[in-house]
Amino acid sequence: MFNKTLRVIDVQRIDNAPLAHLFLETLSLDFKPGQFVMLRPCQWEYDPFWPRPFSICTQDEHNMHIFLQIVGRGTQKLAYLQPGDEVDCWGPLGNGFEFAVDEDLLVLAGGMGLAPFIALSRKHPNPQKIRLVFGHRLDLDCYPWHLIPAEVEKVALQQETQTALKDFEKRLQEEIFSHSGKVFACGPRPFLQVVYKYARQAKADAYISLENKMACGIGACLGCVTKTKQGYKQTCVHGPVFSVHDLEDF
Amino acid sequence: MSVDTRVNLGGLQLKNPILTASGTFGYGLEFAQFGHLKELGGIVVKGLSLKPRQGNPCPRIVETPCGMLNAIGLQNIGIENFLKYKLPYLPFQETAIVVNLYAQSEEEFAALASLLKKEEGIAALEVNISCPNVKQGGIQFGQNPVLAAKVIEGVKKNAGTKPVIVKLSPNVTDIKEIAKAVIDAGADILSLINTLGGMAVDIWTRKPALKNVFGGLSGPAIKPIALKMVYEVCSNFNVPVIGIGGISCIEDVLEFMLVGAGAVQVGSANFKRPSLSFELVHQLPEIMRKLGISGFQEWIGRLKT
Ligand SMILES: Cc1cc2nc3c(=O)[nH]c(=O)nc-3n(C[C@H](O)[C@H](O)[C@H](O)COP(=O)(O)OP(=O)(O)OC[C@H]3O[C@@H](n4cnc5c(N)ncnc54)[C@H](O)[C@@H]3O)c2cc1C
Ligand SMILES: Cc1cc2nc3c(=O)[nH]c(=O)nc-3n(C[C@H](O)[C@H](O)[C@H](O)COP(=O)(O)O)c2cc1C
Ligand code: FES
Repeated sequence: MFNKTLRVIDVQRIDNAPLAHLFLETLSLDFKPGQFVMLRPCQWEYDPFWPRPFSICTQDEHNMHIFLQIVGRGTQKLAYLQPGDEVDCWGPLGNGFEFAVDEDLLVLAGGMGLAPFIALSRKHPNPQKIRLVFGHRLDLDCYPWHLIPAEVEKVALQQETQTALKDFEKRLQEEIFSHSGKVFACGPRPFLQVVYKYARQAKADAYISLENKMACGIGACLGCVTKTKQGYKQTCVHGPVFSVHDLEDF
Repeated sequence: MSVDTRVNLGGLQLKNPILTASGTFGYGLEFAQFGHLKELGGIVVKGLSLKPRQGNPCPRIVETPCGMLNAIGLQNIGIENFLKYKLPYLPFQETAIVVNLYAQSEEEFAALASLLKKEEGIAALEVNISCPNVKQGGIQFGQNPVLAAKVIEGVKKNAGTKPVIVKLSPNVTDIKEIAKAVIDAGADILSLINTLGGMAVDIWTRKPALKNVFGGLSGPAIKPIALKMVYEVCSNFNVPVIGIGGISCIEDVLEFMLVGAGAVQVGSANFKRPSLSFELVHQLPEIMRKLGISGFQEWIGRLKT
């Protein structure tokens, strides 16, 4: 576990899209795909009050890369940091995705849910074992799609209309029912609800990564809990990745 | 200049005045990765009840300007699990471990006290009669001087020699009234404040931000209110007080002590910076030297009015 103040190396905002790539000094940490870090720029002082959780998208000896979507005050401010600005960072946190290198993985990503799967596909020693289905609203070139290794069997489907969304939902159902190994999913709540529904129907060995609001990220505040078969569990330490069969009331 | 950071609150000896507030520091162990727990003046653990509790439905927390609202509803593992699975791993020989107690009746509070009176690892009991987020117990005791006094009498009778800290709610018209009632009932130390009742709404969904609708406000936003209440209690009663509310930097610690607090608890600020409480401990000697004091007896309650 690291707890450090890191300098911003670069911020690249995407034209005409509420998306940005944030590059911080590297932590050179060993992390599992799906694990996350808490980020809080030093200049925030007392407001925004909480740090914000983000998946580690990629990391090398030069920098740690966070792919973020601007959805509110915190992400807006993060996307407009300047090189040299300082950010408090702690992690890696949470459980991450568990898999064996020789098993077939079906990976379902919705929008920003792509971030942890960039790490997963790049760290995977056999990327050809991964089938990635990516649903997105904005044009594909807004996303760091090119960072996914060529060996990954990948499909990107854009949903700009309600009809396209319905078709995508059907596609998710088909993908889940026709896959026999593990299923991983990350994305917005409505997307995860679809995956949850079909994965449970199909009795698939499926895991979804939840994006609950977090104040501490380390299991202390009990604010981020999700209802599991064993009662309320902190998403930040027992998750963010949960088996669909353990989750209740999702 | 050598400085002495120790403080003594009515028999509770602390190596320094910086404790962590209940519910914001887990069971302590969550923060072991951010500093040495034993360096803290004390650790107040999450509110514990006789039986484990699940707490309130989600969303339970929401960020607000310079603070947050919570309606956790006292989710906790229960006193026995705490004693068995958490306490043995806490550095109770080197720092004060304080158990924060929650119950729904006088009898339950008394039962908790008698369970803990022989626990060597526990330095003191903090009785939470001020939680705004539970339907029974909590604040209903903290807003009623007669009920509050009964609870504290029962706890005192069963707590043996353990110091009893009573945690007060700011959600009252006159904090002095309830303070007097619990002091008369035998409280050894008062701690204040707990969170202030509040709410937040979302105009797009037309829903309250918290499932529970109401929550407790904490963080820097409440500091001026807390400071006033601590000052009111300290200037009217001769009882050791632990100041709580929005403490986020070393100057805040000194402010609460200046108005009369013998020690402080750091709460929500632990979320924004998990190493904060440890850093504050390290910053104490330097600020004491800058202020020209060698010990806190030269500082506590020395506000010039
Ligand atoms: C484990 C984990 C990993 C994450 N990884 C990433 C990532 O890699 N990239 C990324 O862009 N985001 C990620 N998120 C989500 C990100 O943390 C939130 O979008 C961010 O905290 C929002 O902060 P804000 O201040 O901009 O929004 P706020 O001002 O807090 O909220 C603004 C609006 O956004 C909505 N909102 C806030 N948080 C979320 C959320 N978590 N999910 C959906 N809606 C939300 C609110 O309901 C509100 O309507 C992750 C979250 C978690 C828990
Ligand atoms: C998430 C959260 C949980 C809390 N849980 C408890 C609790 O279990 N018992 C208690 O007495 N106070 C509890 N409190 C109140 C704090 O201990 C403290 O009194 C209050 O937050 C004010 O201090 P602060 O502004 O520094 O946070 C909780 C506060 C928060 C934010
Ligand atoms: S964010 Fe505090 S417990 Fe998970």
